[in-house]
Amino acid sequence: MSGIPHDHYEPKTGAEKWLHSRLPIVGLIYDTIMIPTPKNLNWWWIWGIVLAFCLALQIVTGIVLVMHYTPHVDLAFASVEHIMRNVNGGHMLRYLHMNGASLFFVAVYIHIFRGLYYGSYKAPREITWIVGMLIYLLMMGTAFMGYVLPWGQMSFWGATVITGLFGAIPFIGEAIQTWLLGGPAVDNATLNRFFSLHYLLPFVIAALVIVHIWAFHTTGNNNPTGVDVRRGSKEEAKKDTLPFWPYFVIKDFLGLAVVLVVFWAIVGFMPNYLGHPDNYIEANPLVTPAHIVPEWYFLPFYAILRAFTSEVWVVQFASFITGGIIDAKFFGVIAMFGAILAMALAPWLDTSNVRSGRYRPMFKWWFALLVVDFFALMWLGAMPAEEPYASFSLIASAYWFGYFFVILPLLGVIEKPLAQPATIEEDFDAKYGKKSSEATPAE
Amino acid sequence: MFKKLATGAAFALALIPAASFAAGGAGHIEDYDFSFEGPFGTYDRNQLQRGLQVYTEVCAACHGLKLVPIRTLSDEDGPNMPEDQVRAYAADNFTVYDPELDEDRPAKPVDHFPENNNAGAPDLSMMAKARAGFHGPYGLGLNQLFKGMGGAEYIASLLAGYTGETKQEAGTTFYENTAFPGGWISMAPPLSDEQVEYADGHPNDVESMSKDVAAFLMWTAEPKMMARKQAGFVGVLFLTVLSVLLYLTNKKLWAPVKGKD
Repeated sequence: MSGIPHDHYEPKTGAEKWLHSRLPIVGLIYDTIMIPTPKNLNWWWIWGIVLAFCLALQIVTGIVLVMHYTPHVDLAFASVEHIMRNVNGGHMLRYLHMNGASLFFVAVYIHIFRGLYYGSYKAPREITWIVGMLIYLLMMGTAFMGYVLPWGQMSFWGATVITGLFGAIPFIGEAIQTWLLGGPAVDNATLNRFFSLHYLLPFVIAALVIVHIWAFHTTGNNNPTGVDVRRGSKEEAKKDTLPFWPYFVIKDFLGLAVVLVVFWAIVGFMPNYLGHPDNYIEANPLVTPAHIVPEWYFLPFYAILRAFTSEVWVVQFASFITGGIIDAKFFGVIAMFGAILAMALAPWLDTSNVRSGRYRPMFKWWFALLVVDFFALMWLGAMPAEEPYASFSLIASAYWFGYFFVILPLLGVIEKPLAQPATIEEDFDAKYGKKSSEATPAE
Repeated sequence: MFKKLATGAAFALALIPAASFAAGGAGHIEDYDFSFEGPFGTYDRNQLQRGLQVYTEVCAACHGLKLVPIRTLSDEDGPNMPEDQVRAYAADNFTVYDPELDEDRPAKPVDHFPENNNAGAPDLSMMAKARAGFHGPYGLGLNQLFKGMGGAEYIASLLAGYTGETKQEAGTTFYENTAFPGGWISMAPPLSDEQVEYADGHPNDVESMSKDVAAFLMWTAEPKMMARKQAGFVGVLFLTVLSVLLYLTNKKLWAPVKGKD
């Protein structure tokens, strides 16, 4: 791997040399683990490890759950209860897997917003960002299909509503929907293919995670200042960085352990808090639940989907110029996927040449508003589709798009950034260097 | 400009509560105290056994518990009944169809409680988890955080929530109920005072029986709750110790770098 200059693995004994000349795997692991990492990384940088942990947790618990689960419309619900009642430790495995999905999304949202604030998406890390967005999309698909597997009421009706979105595509939508479902409605064929894909996609995610790590190990980590690591020589680089092992491994594990205390408390003491009671009723195609609400992690984008009703002028305008091909439903679908696409395009929409939000006095406020907007959308997604929530949803959705397509491009032009530190070392010493020299005599 | 935005946002937020109040249409759920609430709550074995009695003598006429194996009545973390008692209970109360004999026979502990949907009554195995007693406020979920999901409270409130009023609609009798969403339920009041004779002499008014059977149904829905809370407690304890150790390790590791050694 290229990038920041550092010491590489040198095989010493005969056996090491023998292996290294045939398969340089020890060298690969060494270079990965010992990668020079900016020493000023703050606690917002621990969520990558939490995400890696989540993926491992979901795969391990998932593989064991599959050993006891039956993907059939008549048996799925009872087989999940079989896991909850008869399988040794089954109730813990199931609750860990169920809440593990929530932890996964908590972590990914913090990770994404950290990237948005510190400009981690900017050159030269666009590929890392795009691969990350692909992982996020796959996570959503995997979580959605996983939620269908217990075959409760929300599983069934959630699947019906979400696959119905594809039916909104003009001309070919219905054919696509039938193809996705394996029939005219959500049924056994749907359950089986969702089960198959729910098992497959995590391994695709795992492969993309390797690409994600490969990409940022090539460019080096971003850091809270956004200032590049000096790369003139090993000595220079060493002033700005520390090896990943042991410094960041221990720090990340500390962060992970604290997060897991909270996670484990939720699993142990309130495992159904984030779920929906209706999913403990077996799926019944003849009874529609009063409120069909997706899981919390989909709510912001669900709110955007619902915000664009046929009364909104943009929707009417789109419908008019396309001769009615784009109706309100299809517009909503475009808006929902567009909201995620907007994030993915951030590297090219942000015109500022300053990476970190720390040195961008105006950006800071717009970013803070984006965070508020995200939570507002999440809340609005859970509210019934009526006034005043409909209007609030429209305003909140407009801000989401406004942030990416208007504010980010404009800020780079009109904003006067603050002075950035010349080096990472300078930033680090400003935080710790002077304090320590004053503190020493008192000890 | 920011000030104006902030004022606008604050004003918008102030309007939300009024709107949310207007939208409410759910029934009133009494926040009954149950022994199994909170991180250390456990099932009250005697209450579960009383609840089983109410279920068997009253609810089982129309409702089933098809997901619950009868043998689990002897679970230590459940009703904890002696095995011979469970065997006798199964044989005395239920018959099941045996495909090998091709005929009905008395139930055994390995069988599940029979399915039963007389008059379209729903299965009760998961009822305490399939209903939420508490919601909000304003869709924030804080009530469930502090009071619990409220499934058992919902069941007890429903059973004790009949007002005595009835109405006829399309040939069906509906009974007014303060806990049921919409206020009218098609299930006739199932319980009356002193209907079930408890062996332990526990009060058997409608409210007491309602709470007992609600507790029993919480157990049928979540039979591993006590094991789960124990695992939760041990896990939190160990992870906290791990966090402290990692904190100290991390502090020592970074001290020279931060110039603090």
